[in-house]
Amino acid sequence: MLAKYRIILPVVSLAVLLAATFYMQPRAMSYFGLNLLFNLAVPIALATIAQMMIIMVNDIDLSLGAFVSLAACITATYLNDTPMLGLLILLALVASYALMGAVIHRLDLPAIVVTLGMSFVWGGLALFILPTPGGSAPGWIRTLMTVKPPLVPMAVVAAVLIAFVTHMLVIRSRLGTVLRGVGGNARSITRAGWNVTALKAMAYGLAGLFGVLAGMALVGLTTSADANIALRYTLLSIAGVILGGGEFTGGKVSPVGAVIGALTLTLAASFLSFLRLSPDWQIGAQGAILILVLTARLLFSRKGAAE
Amino acid sequence: MTNTDGTAVVALSDAAKHFGPVKALDGVSLCVMSGECLALVGHNGAGKSTLVNLINGTFGPTSGTVDFPGGAHGVRSVFQELSLCPNLTVAENLAMAHPGLKGAGWRKPARAEIRSSLDTVFPDNGIDVDAEVDTLSIAERQMVEIAIGFAPRGGTARLVILDEPTSSLDEGIARQLLSHVRRFCEAGGAAIFISHMMGEVFEVSDRIAVLKDGKVVADRPTPEFTRQGLVDAMGHVATERAADQAARSAPGDVILTGEGLQARRGEVVGLSGLAGHGQAAALARLYLSLSSDWRGGKGTKAVFVAGDRPRDGVLPLWSILRNISVSVLGQGLVDRAKERALAEDWKARIGIRTDDLTNPILSLSGGNQQKVLFARALASDAPVVVMDDPMRGVDVGTKQDVYAMIRAEAAKGRTFLWYSTETEEVCQCDRVFVFRNGEISAELTGDEITEERILEASFEMQEAS
Amino acid sequence: MNLTMKPWVWAWAAAALVFSATLMLTSGRGASELAYAALSFGAFAAIVGMGQMLVITLGPGNVDLSIPATMTLAGTLALKIMGSEPGTAWLGLIVALAVGLAVGCANFALIWLLRLPPIIATLAASLVYQSVAIWSNRGLRVKPPEGLADFATGRMLGVPNVAWVAFALAVAVWVMLERAVWGRYLLAAGQNLRAARLAGVPVQAVRAAAYIAVAVFAALAGFLLSSFSGGAALNMGAEYLLMSIAVVVIGGTSIAGGNSNVPGVIGASLFMFLVVSMLNSYGAGAGVKSVLTGAIIIAIVIAASTRKTRS
Repeated sequence: MLAKYRIILPVVSLAVLLAATFYMQPRAMSYFGLNLLFNLAVPIALATIAQMMIIMVNDIDLSLGAFVSLAACITATYLNDTPMLGLLILLALVASYALMGAVIHRLDLPAIVVTLGMSFVWGGLALFILPTPGGSAPGWIRTLMTVKPPLVPMAVVAAVLIAFVTHMLVIRSRLGTVLRGVGGNARSITRAGWNVTALKAMAYGLAGLFGVLAGMALVGLTTSADANIALRYTLLSIAGVILGGGEFTGGKVSPVGAVIGALTLTLAASFLSFLRLSPDWQIGAQGAILILVLTARLLFSRKGAAE
Repeated sequence: MTNTDGTAVVALSDAAKHFGPVKALDGVSLCVMSGECLALVGHNGAGKSTLVNLINGTFGPTSGTVDFPGGAHGVRSVFQELSLCPNLTVAENLAMAHPGLKGAGWRKPARAEIRSSLDTVFPDNGIDVDAEVDTLSIAERQMVEIAIGFAPRGGTARLVILDEPTSSLDEGIARQLLSHVRRFCEAGGAAIFISHMMGEVFEVSDRIAVLKDGKVVADRPTPEFTRQGLVDAMGHVATERAADQAARSAPGDVILTGEGLQARRGEVVGLSGLAGHGQAAALARLYLSLSSDWRGGKGTKAVFVAGDRPRDGVLPLWSILRNISVSVLGQGLVDRAKERALAEDWKARIGIRTDDLTNPILSLSGGNQQKVLFARALASDAPVVVMDDPMRGVDVGTKQDVYAMIRAEAAKGRTFLWYSTETEEVCQCDRVFVFRNGEISAELTGDEITEERILEASFEMQEAS
Repeated sequence: MNLTMKPWVWAWAAAALVFSATLMLTSGRGASELAYAALSFGAFAAIVGMGQMLVITLGPGNVDLSIPATMTLAGTLALKIMGSEPGTAWLGLIVALAVGLAVGCANFALIWLLRLPPIIATLAASLVYQSVAIWSNRGLRVKPPEGLADFATGRMLGVPNVAWVAFALAVAVWVMLERAVWGRYLLAAGQNLRAARLAGVPVQAVRAAAYIAVAVFAALAGFLLSSFSGGAALNMGAEYLLMSIAVVVIGGTSIAGGNSNVPGVIGASLFMFLVVSMLNSYGAGAGVKSVLTGAIIIAIVIAASTRKTRS
């Protein structure tokens, strides 16, 4: 599938879902309505971008949810109480992600198992810091997350901003291009004289950075944290990348698509509640939507291959 | 750069490369001058790829030297297997290989450079430099790869190695490439050109080096060769007929058709032609259509003997015993005594050199692993045996044993489909299909099966008009 | 082969070591309680672990993420249909196994027909199963029939009944893998799918069977666990997702496929539970326990990979 067309399906999915939501609940078509619909989309979008960085180099991260929870716990405690120390800890987390990437590549370890093990580590550290829910968001993050820009709500502005920045980073910049090349054909990148271990560390480091940002954004919205606050982000982020037109292998990812995928997932939850669907079925309907979109994509790509 | 004939770009002196006991390259002395296009021809396994890898620095020689009198920079390789990143655009692929492109505005010069290189080599190509590589046709990908090879990329291309560059290009495009290579050499560049297209070799090269069994057997200016003389130099000069013509069995009924092939009961059908011309793929498709994804065990119509052992044959974690028995397990529980007896029987019959069948399969040498794969196939009662170049790395004695075994099984009514890169083996078949560019270019039977006829059908002999 | 070379020996040795370390702390008191708890909880982990092992044996990319949802769904539906009526235990078992069968078929249909990567297919499907469980449960906690509850918590010859079930299952799986043709096919497919197919192995049938087996095992574990703990809870399977993968890896099964290890999974299941109890006895907090668990998993993966490169 062409990159230009890869973005069409996510956009159409989001548009259809948005239209259906407005049809069900016309009052959502307002500043506050949109804000409500997409409120939680910002941290999910950041986490999805983090997962995309890993999928971009043909790995998968099962520890992301625990990692975002940990980042949230640190934001709500250290970053709030002793900002310098908090910042240092968050930077150390990013560095440890980069190290994890280098080790996985160097020792040729299965990323799925290493990240699984790391999810226990991150989760344990989070519990250690915040055994019970608590902490509070640093004021500036709270302000940033709840600011009310004119015309369009913060969540939408932030989503556009994230999509733009990551598009420039991953698609436009030379570094991002090489990183995608690693996913596409690592041998050819090695042949051209690049150090693939360093590149993988870079991809994981970027994932760590966006994971930390996701945790900070989440605390800005919820004002407090707990050790399990973002566990479901692991699965949400994988689903977001795939919904956004990304593929598990081959370095075929789209940051704009990933952000749209995250928005779609967030909206799907709101939509299903507007649908007056029994809450029992909301999770299942999300799964069904995921399967439907993937099936649609399969049909598209089959058709594309046939032409 | 000016035309400086007489300066060597690369000089190999008595360079050898051994992979274990295999002498891929057995003492080669060769040099390429600037302003010269050297054609490298030879059969599969003659050592062409090894020679290329020595020159481009993929690995060093086991003995001897590879020297670059003017420095090793500017040596470019265009590989036969495509080595682009399929998810990146044409311009991005160039940028990956261009160390000088940095900073914010890298995309524009990358686009301009690949655009101009593409247009220089292939005028009017119409390739969109912003298209992702996996949306291009195979020919377009190859054109991109060639253009990247000739592009300056922050320096100058001094020696470009082209390994079967025209294999997926149509004639007009191939001619553009040839004339570009000529221009490139006239401007002082050097090129190594590997091709099985005789017309192209004669048209583009100044000098031809013929490789055979890891040695240079002829190295003369192109005008001193004739087409026939070149084919003779490549071929096996004295081929012993291992199998007796008289032993050929009378063909039975046609029991198999597909992929343009036809095979009769008790017949040994050969597939020939140069490597990578679609024989292996045709065999694999044929085998898959004869067997099932869902049912195993008894009653299978065909068995498969792999030549690419790591990819298609060996189950690497298992013992020799389990590797032999996997196709004949039956249903339910494994009868371990019977399994053992069967494996011991085949170990004796085919001569697998091991003291214990429970040793891991990877403890065996390549030739013995291959015998295990033969035993796996022959132990079954399937009427069709499909063999994908199964004699790679097998020593001469074993080959003779296996030939005899194939003959004996064929006499009992089994049908063999045998793809081989060694013409000598194909000459023993009852019927031969020669492949070229994924299609069957000749069907030979009986006395028509000669090395000459097969070579003729494998190579593009006609004049490039 | 030397005994110390067998990977499962390490899992069992580690379990024994942790067991004695815990007892040392309590000066030998509570040995039988600890053993009972380890065998009971280890049994649930072992049952789902063996299922996950069959799927992981198929090679890279193969994993079942729907185990928790399947456990919950099977437990919930079975208990609902039994409705605490005495004498319905077998009916409940059949319902649970049927749920497993249906889930397994659905998962494989998504993987095979829609060609979804197993990770995303089982993940998406698990959301649907979870919803069905929530819908059928309605927040009610149905108690298991008394006889079934007694069986699930009871013991025979001093060993918990659930451990006997896990043991019987382990023997069956071991026979299938080591002695039956199907096991040979599974191991062949996991080593090299293409080579196995070319050797005449019916690879799609093998894959289907593995995905159905893991779902049926998860359903059985869900049925037993809900009977054991006096009712099905919606989150009861949650910890078994990561646990099932962890015990497979610690037990010496290769994540690269083609190599199963039944005794290792059992030993690793006991080990994982005993580590948690030991850390409990030492008074470690939940955070420390989790960090150490993760560290152990990673250390084992690294050790396994360096051993592989050396040989």
